Amino acid sequence: MPAEVDPGLAALSDQLILVTVVLYAIAMIGYALDLAFGRTRSGSPAKAAAEPALAAVGAGTAASAEAGAAAAPGGSGSGTPAEAAGDGGAEKAPPSWVMRAGTAATVLAWLGFAVNLGSVLTRGLATGRWPWGNMYEFVVAMCLAAMGAFLLMQLRYPVRFLGAFVSAAAGLGIGYAVHSLHVAAGPAMVALNSYWIAIHVSAAIIASGLFIVAGACGVIYLIRHDAADHLPTRQELERVAHRAIVIGFPIWTFAVIAGALWADKAWGRYWGWDPKEIWAFITWIVYAGYLHARATAGWKGRAATAVQLVAFASLLFNLIGVNIFFEGLHSYAELPD
Amino acid sequence: MTATDTETKTAGPRPAKLGAVGWARWFWRTLTSMRTALILLFLFALASVPGSVWPQRGVSDGKVAQYYADSPELAEWLDRFWLFDVFKAPWFAAIYLLLFVSLIGCVLPRTAAHLRELRRRPPAAPRNLSRLPQHAVLDADLTVEEAAGRLRRLRFRVDTGPDWVAAEKGYLKETGNLLFHVALVGVLVAVGIGALYGYRGNVLVVEGDGFANTVAAYDRYTPGRQVSAESLEPFSFTLKDFQATYIAQGEKRGQALDYAATLAVHDSPEAPERTYALKVNEPLDVNGTLTYLIDHGYAPTLRITDGSGQVAFEGAVPCLVVQPATFASECVIKIPDARPEQLGILAAFLPTTVPLQGGEWTSVFPGAANPTVQVYGAFAGDLGMRNGVPQSVYEIPAEVLKKLRPLTMKAEPLAVGEKLDLPGGAGSIEFTGVKEWIALQISHDPGRLPALIAAGLATVAVVFSLTVRRRRVWVRIGDGGAEAGGLTRTEGGDFGEEFAEIVAALNHGSNPGVKDAR
Repeated sequence: MPAEVDPGLAALSDQLILVTVVLYAIAMIGYALDLAFGRTRSGSPAKAAAEPALAAVGAGTAASAEAGAAAAPGGSGSGTPAEAAGDGGAEKAPPSWVMRAGTAATVLAWLGFAVNLGSVLTRGLATGRWPWGNMYEFVVAMCLAAMGAFLLMQLRYPVRFLGAFVSAAAGLGIGYAVHSLHVAAGPAMVALNSYWIAIHVSAAIIASGLFIVAGACGVIYLIRHDAADHLPTRQELERVAHRAIVIGFPIWTFAVIAGALWADKAWGRYWGWDPKEIWAFITWIVYAGYLHARATAGWKGRAATAVQLVAFASLLFNLIGVNIFFEGLHSYAELPD
Repeated sequence: MTATDTETKTAGPRPAKLGAVGWARWFWRTLTSMRTALILLFLFALASVPGSVWPQRGVSDGKVAQYYADSPELAEWLDRFWLFDVFKAPWFAAIYLLLFVSLIGCVLPRTAAHLRELRRRPPAAPRNLSRLPQHAVLDADLTVEEAAGRLRRLRFRVDTGPDWVAAEKGYLKETGNLLFHVALVGVLVAVGIGALYGYRGNVLVVEGDGFANTVAAYDRYTPGRQVSAESLEPFSFTLKDFQATYIAQGEKRGQALDYAATLAVHDSPEAPERTYALKVNEPLDVNGTLTYLIDHGYAPTLRITDGSGQVAFEGAVPCLVVQPATFASECVIKIPDARPEQLGILAAFLPTTVPLQGGEWTSVFPGAANPTVQVYGAFAGDLGMRNGVPQSVYEIPAEVLKKLRPLTMKAEPLAVGEKLDLPGGAGSIEFTGVKEWIALQISHDPGRLPALIAAGLATVAVVFSLTVRRRRVWVRIGDGGAEAGGLTRTEGGDFGEEFAEIVAALNHGSNPGVKDAR
């Protein structure tokens, strides 16, 4: 039970997290410029980009995004052609500085992700345990997962439009964590001294990251008008959200089951309707409802998106609300006074 | 579950002549429809919400009692709607039972259909392949046998005609889907087994004391309906020692680092003694009956002499923790055997005592660095313990307290070895030492393992259900050359990429590098 904390590493972690917020904020601006002054997308489903575009993009984007990251100042905008292909019909070519803004945003987002990761790692090294033992660490890790989910998706699919939203969410989430949830690095509560934290909490973090990406798509879906817009078509949004949830749902299922296994070890029952368990269960049910709704006539589109957002809201409530409003066995948040 | 395919079999309902069978059929069809299942699913989620809003019996009994004390009328009404027992409520059971009946009603016919499909050949090629979502012209020299062989190598299920090949794969999607839902029923059954055949008990043990696993030894015992008192695993143990370590310095001063209880265990009356270090996350397992460390606190030992000069009480008094950060605790000692009058004592236990301004005392650290017992109320009179109304050992009821005669209020704290004389020769209270207590939960749940297996199965199955795609490919070979068409029956997937690979494999089937060329 190492009680010693490396103060140098802990301080480094705190500094890195501030750098992360700044990088995410600038990346958000770049993505927003790209979104606002970039191509206009048709709102009608008929003109929506369909499978061929996705297929064409699939193989190429990984390489081009990497190249874009490497050759950012050169500004050939190599990340963009892939997306232009996915656009179906560009009405007019955007100015070249927009492409540069978009590419720079991608570079900064990757940089922010790396610094974010560095902060999480140094925190873990400073305390000698898994760095998600309290609410501050959990929120930071979840923002990292959301950003990671988005960036990995961007390697394979034309989802740059999500950048502004996800980096804003991650930046705000970390900002909130730093401002309101931060506690000094230290040992975790006794109950968390288990290898299950690596399994249960990690799975919850990864699933949450994916659900955040899906949630961002859901929000854009609802604010998007039918008319031509800089935002992607509703079908594209639904497809991305669905993809994220299809990956996130089994991981969430696993997280809940791992939690039950841990509860069986720690509390003497694998399921006891603790508030956190209840809301994890509700989240699971509603995401399951979303998957069923997608497969049922008459529920696609707006209804399915609404279901998805309800599930997302209960996920967020479980993360924040349950720790604040209810007292239960999961009171590990260590909220600062 | 898409249940719409079961809804079209019979003709439209004729309300005028709908007999009992008709109504039953209508009810069954409505219940097993996807729309109903979705609504039940959302109701299920919604019905769980009150379970987190109001305290639940069996999870936080103390808070339920508090609720009754604070607003008895509201509590009464809430209880009428089972809101303190949401997960045992009939309306909650109604929702999940209907949901599971709906699920079974949906899964059974689909399983039958899936089994039929597994044995059926892939459907014959449509006339015009170019109308399919995926279409490609193949090399002209392809034969039916070659195409079939190459598709088989891609693990397609293949059927051939004179000039066509039909192939299908991805049956694992529906298998996973069905298995997932069956596994969920398995989870429900396992939970039911646990509730019927399992039991759970709580007990508080002070250092030096023992416990034998019998119904009588528990402070609280909740058996399942099918559990008999004789079926309890006959193990016993003695709590030799309990150790807690805390952070001594810095911002997190007082946070627990670790705690462990040393038990001397006999797995059965005949078994030899073994030592076990009981920790959080490391329960004691005796043949599937598990003992968990769930709480701990202090139990100062006191020697109390009554007005007649006899030692009326000597032993450890488990005190309830009031401030978890500092383990400041409250102790209640009831001495019905004291003469000439019964004695009741209220005291505070402070593990690390420091004085505050104005004669108050407080604890600043959970470790017992400077333990004191402060008697803040000693009373004489009838404790009301013989009138048949059960009392908690941790409190003197307010209505009893009102009738007692106060002897001492707010005495100075006693250090170990110090003695407080009660005024008027009513006796004395001596603080003789500090012990610790642990709260244990002991449970036996035969549904644990089945639940785990079912849940694991569900997770694996849902991965197949969500990631595998059902896809069909046809090849038609005619005079004008060969062509291929394909479709996927799952929306959202980009089949184009895979179809291109399949086409490549069809064209250069002998080339083993094609599959991995991407």
